[in-house]
Amino acid sequence: MWLPRPLTWALRCAVGLTLAFIYVPLLVVVLNAFNPDRVSTWPPSGFTLDWWREALTNQGALDATLVSVQVALCATALALALGTLASFALQRYAFFGRDAVSLLVILPIALPGIVTGLSLNAAFTAMLGLDLGFLTIVVAHATFCIVVVFNNVIARLRRLGETAEAASMDLGATRFTTFRLVTFPALRSALLAGGLLAFALSFDEIIVTTFTAGAGTETLPIWILNNLTRPNNAPVVNVVGTCLIVFSILPIYLSQKLSGTASGGRF
Amino acid sequence: MDRDQGLTDSVAQTLREAPVRTPFSRRVSAHLHRRPRLRLWALLTAPMFWLVVVYLASLAALLVTAFWSTDSFTSEIVRDWNLDNYRLIYESSVYRTIIVRTLAVALGVTAVCTVVAIPFAYYMAKVAGPREQKILVVAALMPLWVSYLIKGFSWRILVGENGVLDNTIGATPGFGTAAVVLTLSYLWLPYMVLPVYAGFERLPDSLLDASGDLGAKPSRTFWSVVLPAIFPSVVAGSIFTFSLSMGDYITVDIVGGSTQMLGNVVFDNQVYDLPFAAAMATVTVAIMVVYLRLVRRTGALENI
Repeated sequence: MWLPRPLTWALRCAVGLTLAFIYVPLLVVVLNAFNPDRVSTWPPSGFTLDWWREALTNQGALDATLVSVQVALCATALALALGTLASFALQRYAFFGRDAVSLLVILPIALPGIVTGLSLNAAFTAMLGLDLGFLTIVVAHATFCIVVVFNNVIARLRRLGETAEAASMDLGATRFTTFRLVTFPALRSALLAGGLLAFALSFDEIIVTTFTAGAGTETLPIWILNNLTRPNNAPVVNVVGTCLIVFSILPIYLSQKLSGTASGGRF
Repeated sequence: MDRDQGLTDSVAQTLREAPVRTPFSRRVSAHLHRRPRLRLWALLTAPMFWLVVVYLASLAALLVTAFWSTDSFTSEIVRDWNLDNYRLIYESSVYRTIIVRTLAVALGVTAVCTVVAIPFAYYMAKVAGPREQKILVVAALMPLWVSYLIKGFSWRILVGENGVLDNTIGATPGFGTAAVVLTLSYLWLPYMVLPVYAGFERLPDSLLDASGDLGAKPSRTFWSVVLPAIFPSVVAGSIFTFSLSMGDYITVDIVGGSTQMLGNVVFDNQVYDLPFAAAMATVTVAIMVVYLRLVRRTGALENI
């Protein structure tokens, strides 16, 4: 569409402002990680690396990171298995209740986090009498991660069609050989993209986690939540935040490579 | 035909006489091959077990618990069926205010995201060159991979006393409902940008040109051609921004000051009055169901 010059410039300004809106908050966290003031005041009064030293020796943050990685790995493994199975069933077969099943896959992430969180909490504590902890977090995370693996794999299956598999079986390969040599290699990057997003979602999840973690288990987001309102620990939170902002470049790059979208297929 | 038949017979004959047994995996594969239903069951059992037994049962547990009550002395759950929790929500002005506030925040966040996303997405899809476009898409979606809490925390630094806004432009909304709307808009903006951008990508340039050729000024083209065309995309994005805002209570804790939203009531009651928390959570579900029905009424989702 032809736009008058002033309008094009107005649009450019809007884009510039939006980018500032997106990146200034992140920049502030990064700069504050080097701010010598314990109570983050603006502008920073100098430059220091003290908080980095403090963060690297902060046992709570390190332990919490380890717990988060373990939870995310377990949840991702479960989600990969369940999500892939479900996507094959829904893409390859027509059956009664198929729409209901696909709704059920999406529901844990479509419903507000407090609903999913409290439901699992009610089932674990009031119905089953379980103690909340590592295992209950993994179950909760796997439940809402299934959908992202499912989305990635089903999109790939839709694109692939079934001709290559049919050819393989016509040439005498069994279903298992066909899966190993034809289907799986074609799915690999979709599985990696889905797994990556599942890991990222689990690693970062806080709302459902606060309902299913109990008192004894601390994931990294819970550690951050417990420390960000404590004035004494705010600088260390800035350092952890800076690390998380820098590390986020890795999944974007990988997701761009694997699924061709920077969103990783979360839509 | 006869020859084929003969061939098949002779193959069958050979197979019958063959001294080697077919490998186990081949027999299982052949067995499965003839039975699509069995294959479907093999695929569906595990995910269905998980989603029905773990998730659907949990939702049912939530629904059931909402009709129970709590002994105020022992905090034990009393399993007698009643509507007391809902009566309390309905009759108490505190909870009614919180529900209305939560709705207003969710709608406000959706409005802010829409207003910010439309020009940005339009520029990405229609003005930017291919290279600039690629960079902008990554730039808009990058925050999705950054920790939710760190993004919330950054707004705490921004709007707080002696924070960035206070000390640079001299004005800040401070901790409260306005800061909650801003922070949630910041958090969910990518969920609006991406669908709207996809909507603009699907909108043919020729349509815009035709409107211009017929004498419409850019503003008229925007209101009469662009907006109706991308409305379904905005609605799709609004489902994310609305639902994510409805279910959030952490941001309110971080930048909301003393403001309370529905999620805070649910979380604060989960340990000592689970039935009441459950009743509050079902209110969220009810609001979401109404919202989705309204959305479906507009017919917006059918042409995505």
